[in-house]
Amino acid sequence: MSLLANTAVLLGKEVRTEYRSRELLTTTFVFILIVIVLFSFAFDPTSDESRRFAPGLLWLAILFASSLMLQPCFLREQHNDTLSALRLSVSDPFAIFLAKLAANTLFLLLTELLLLPLFAVMYNAQVIPVLHWLLLVLFLASLGISIAGTALSAISAQARMRELLLPVLLLPLLAPILVVSAEVTRALLDRAPVVRWKGIGFIGVFDVVFLTALWLFGEYLLEE
Amino acid sequence: MTRPSFAPIGLRFENIDKRYGGLLALRGVSLSIAPGECVVFAGRNGSGKTTLLRIAARLVRPSRGSLSFSGKSGGPEESAVRPGFVAHATMVYDELSAEENLLLFAKLQDVPHPENRVETLLQEVGLSERRSSLVRTFSRGMRQRVAIARALLHEPAILLFDEPATGLDPQGVAWLAEAIRRLRDSGRTILMSLHGESEISSLGTRAIRLDAGSVAADTRTGATFRSILTFADA
Repeated sequence: MSLLANTAVLLGKEVRTEYRSRELLTTTFVFILIVIVLFSFAFDPTSDESRRFAPGLLWLAILFASSLMLQPCFLREQHNDTLSALRLSVSDPFAIFLAKLAANTLFLLLTELLLLPLFAVMYNAQVIPVLHWLLLVLFLASLGISIAGTALSAISAQARMRELLLPVLLLPLLAPILVVSAEVTRALLDRAPVVRWKGIGFIGVFDVVFLTALWLFGEYLLEE
Repeated sequence: MTRPSFAPIGLRFENIDKRYGGLLALRGVSLSIAPGECVVFAGRNGSGKTTLLRIAARLVRPSRGSLSFSGKSGGPEESAVRPGFVAHATMVYDELSAEENLLLFAKLQDVPHPENRVETLLQEVGLSERRSSLVRTFSRGMRQRVAIARALLHEPAILLFDEPATGLDPQGVAWLAEAIRRLRDSGRTILMSLHGESEISSLGTRAIRLDAGSVAADTRTGATFRSILTFADA
C-alpha cells in the first residue's frame, strides 16, 4: 500500500477517535479561549498598544495550546501498545508521522479558526481585509508547529520525564517560527497592512526543513 | 481457522545481543526454528523472552547479531515476512469498535477484500454479535480475541505470542489454547513466551528456557520439556 494511502487510512483513524473523545479539541479550545479573554482585560482594546501586542499574545496562546495538544499524540499509542501494531502494519513508518502531523495541523487550525472571530472582537483587530493572508500564516505556522511537535512527541513519549520533556524541547525549537509568525501577523493587522513575504518564506522553509528531517530520521524515533 | 494461504517459514537467530543502556537483555542467543515448529519460551521475569519475540517481530533491532527467515523454497525476502504478534497489551484501539479496528489494520496491511476478511475473522473469534461495540466495553478475554483476529488478518506464516494468557479467566485460557492449537495444526510457525506450565504450554513441540538473556536449555522431549516450563515458577 502506498505511503499516501496508508496516511489517509491513519488520518481517518485520528479524526474518528478525536470525534469520539473530543479530548484534544476541547482542551486546546478552552485553553486559547481563556488566554485570549484574560489578556484582553489587560489592554484597552481600542488602543494602538493592543494592536501591537495582540498578535504576540495570539501566538503565545497557540504555542501553549499546541504543546497541550501534542503531548498525547504518541502517548495515546502507548496505552495498548498500538504503536507496535502500527509499526507492524505499515510499509513505511513515515505514514504514521504524516497522519499524526496532518491530524495535529487540522485540529490546531480548526481551533484557530473558531477563535479568530473572538480574537478580532476582543482586540479590535481588522482581520476581514487580510483574512486570506492571515489564513496562510496560520496554516504554515500550524504546520510547522505540528511537524516539529509530532517529532518531539515521539521522542518524549519514550522518555522517563515525558510530561516535562515535550515543552522543554518544544519551546526553544519553535521560538524562531513563533517570533516570525507574530511579526507577520502584526504587520497584517497594522493600520496600513503589509504582507511580510520574507517572514512567510521563512515559515515555509522551516516547514520543509523539518519535514525532510522527519522523513529521513523518523523511523529511528519510533524504535524501542 | 481458515485454510492457510502461506508458505511455512522458519527463523534463525544468530548470535543476538540486545543492550538497553547498561543492561544486556540478550547475550549471544543463537537459535534455529524450523518452519511449523511451536516453540515455548520459558524463564523468569527479565530473562529476555519478550525482547527475543520483539526482535523476531522486528520491532526491536538487535545490538549485535542477525535474524533471518527460511522457507521451504529458499529464504524469503526479510521485508516480505510480517509476523503476527499477540502480546499482553492488546495492540488495538479502545475508542474504535472491533470491526473498525480490524478494518483499519487490514487496510494498512493491504489485505485483499478487507471487509470479507474481517467478517470471517470476527466469526472465527466469536465476536460477530459485538462487531460494532467499542473495544473499551469488552472484557479482557474479548479484547484478546480481537488481538488474535488482528494478528491473523494478513494470514501470517509466523505467529508470536508474548504471555497471551495474562489476565484471562480459565474459560479465556481454554479458548486461547484451542485457538493456538488450530493455528499450530495449520502449519504456522509459533513462538510463545509463557510463565509456567499450562494448557497453552502443552501445545508446544519444543521448549526453550532463557536465563539472564541466554539460552539455558532447549528440548523437545517429555520430562525435560516439563522441567523447563516449571522452572520459571521454581
